[in-house]
Amino acid sequence: MTALLEVEDLTARFDTDEGIVTAVDGLSYRVEAGETFGVVGESGAGKSVAARAVLGLIDDPGRIERGEVRFKGEDLLSMDESELRSVRGDRIALVFQDARAALNPVYTVGEQIAETVEHHLECDPEVARDRTIRLLDRVGIPDADARYSDYPHELSGGMCQRATIAMALSCEPDLIVADEPTSALDVTVEARILDLLADLTDEFGVAVQLVSHDLGVIAGTCDRAMVMYAGEAVETAAIEELYYDPKHPYTAGLMSAIPRVGDGRDRLPTIPGTTPDPIDVPSGCRFHPRCPFAEEACTRRNPSLVDPETGEPATIGTDRAAACLEYTDGLEGGLDYSVEIDGATGEHAERGGDCDG
Amino acid sequence: MSLRRFVLRRGLAVVPVLFGVSAVTFGLFHLTPGDPVSQVVALNPDVSAAEEARLRERWGLSGPVWRQYLEWLSNVLVGDFGREIRTGRAVSAVVWRRVPETLVLGLFGWVFAVAIAIPTGIYAAVNKGEIGDLASRVLALSGVSIPNFWLGLLLILVFSLRLGLFPVLPPSRLPLYHPETLRYLLLPGVTIGTAAAATLTRVMRTSMAEELNEEYVTAARARGLPERTVVFKHVLRNSLVSVVTLAAALTAGIVAGSVVVESVFNWPGLGSEFVQAIDRREINVVMAITLVTAVCVVLANFLADVLYAVLDPRIRYD
Repeated sequence: MTALLEVEDLTARFDTDEGIVTAVDGLSYRVEAGETFGVVGESGAGKSVAARAVLGLIDDPGRIERGEVRFKGEDLLSMDESELRSVRGDRIALVFQDARAALNPVYTVGEQIAETVEHHLECDPEVARDRTIRLLDRVGIPDADARYSDYPHELSGGMCQRATIAMALSCEPDLIVADEPTSALDVTVEARILDLLADLTDEFGVAVQLVSHDLGVIAGTCDRAMVMYAGEAVETAAIEELYYDPKHPYTAGLMSAIPRVGDGRDRLPTIPGTTPDPIDVPSGCRFHPRCPFAEEACTRRNPSLVDPETGEPATIGTDRAAACLEYTDGLEGGLDYSVEIDGATGEHAERGGDCDG
Repeated sequence: MSLRRFVLRRGLAVVPVLFGVSAVTFGLFHLTPGDPVSQVVALNPDVSAAEEARLRERWGLSGPVWRQYLEWLSNVLVGDFGREIRTGRAVSAVVWRRVPETLVLGLFGWVFAVAIAIPTGIYAAVNKGEIGDLASRVLALSGVSIPNFWLGLLLILVFSLRLGLFPVLPPSRLPLYHPETLRYLLLPGVTIGTAAAATLTRVMRTSMAEELNEEYVTAARARGLPERTVVFKHVLRNSLVSVVTLAAALTAGIVAGSVVVESVFNWPGLGSEFVQAIDRREINVVMAITLVTAVCVVLANFLADVLYAVLDPRIRYD
């Protein structure tokens, strides 16, 4: 059975003055209908590029080198522009990090939502207007009728993000790709927006690909998640497994860097070093310069995603996958870490810090 | 603040501008050697020095510059622009008759510039780095670099003399609204508008290319809107703000250009009158034309200010 969205071997490159950056390298994942799928990683891991590539929105100097983005079994990347446009905004909608920047400053918020509705649903302006006002009301914008005629600069950041969520939902899509939708907002607003997003995705039965650098956000909202490092997926798992039983040393490092309520640590552990130079990525496993378990073999061979139990290569349907040589060749020292979960009940904190360093 | 109050306030701001312009022009004019009386008298050795002084007295040309200015000013304030010294005709009549000629020519040049620049700029920005963009860049560079008097002479040489497509001389007694006028307008209009078109094209391109990088453009594409809508509805309106500023500023350039271009094409407008008036030291004519010009430029900038608010709701006059 095919998933709603299947991304296979997606590779996106950018030609920069310094050299070619492979922002996303051979990425494969799936998003099931109705689920919320998290994509997490440090800045520069290629999360946003992957999100935009889903809709073919990689601008010069970037290009999608190879791969497939199958939506309901059809490859979006081999569609022509007009076919792709009928999917964009209608079947798959994008929510941006900076909502105000994503709204055109010279048209009212309502006009822009209604424009999308009119375009995809081919309805009369009045119908589109009514629908827009209902949507604005639904996403919690008070006095939606009047707010319809507000320009983006007249709304707060949180209200703008609500409006773009209304816009994303306007044509009742099957998938919303949300690229750091709350990173530009303050924490209390962030929590409300995430709640809203969760409510609405339930109500509309829409799947979400939620991109974030914030492990707390991912933990609170997602069913499954993928961890990205330097353009590659290093681990995919259901959300509990990812947090309680990380299989990749990088994931384990991220998890231990989350401040948890009630822990007695004075200092949070950090992952030493920084993300690699995207033009000159390390040989072998890209994480090896920062990995406490790295061995000689790690500098030579780049591990691919495998099932950590069997060592079999992971496919798009694999639920649990990690990319570490430990699971295929076995490292001499093995992976020696444990994830401590505070509190007798084994509950972890609702919100974590971010791993952006 | 309401638009009406804004208009009122801007209207009042014109007053000091006109004072400044008139004072500076008046002062500069007196730095040039000679006056209308010496121009007239120089041809006639029979006029005695006493008669010359009497003539100066009569035309208000004696006394210190500031007193002359104040005298001129007090007359202007009651609507009297004085008389042409050589002929005795009322200056206001001389100037008014020529205003429409220049207005038509300037407007034609301006419309030509905008009509060329906006599509070319959009095309160049959308196809950035491609051959069309490079070609527009070369053309724009040539457009700014070519002096308008030279371009005018060249156009006359090629299109009027060699190809015989256009008449060399302007319509002598044709009314301006006559369709035939367009034929006469074309060469001087193009001449006057070329430099403006070139500058505007570049600004249009830069401004559009900048806007195309904005997130709302990606967002509009992500909503599945056709590229046509993205460019002409969403990007164009945002990029027009800086173009409007420049288009207004170019009015001054077009007015200045009309001085040269009208002389080259023998166009009976303010520009050619201005040149002749300077030659003859007809101070009253020079001052009147300066004032009319200043009003036009101020008006153009004022229109631009109003247009900003129409284009961009973030701009409010308070």
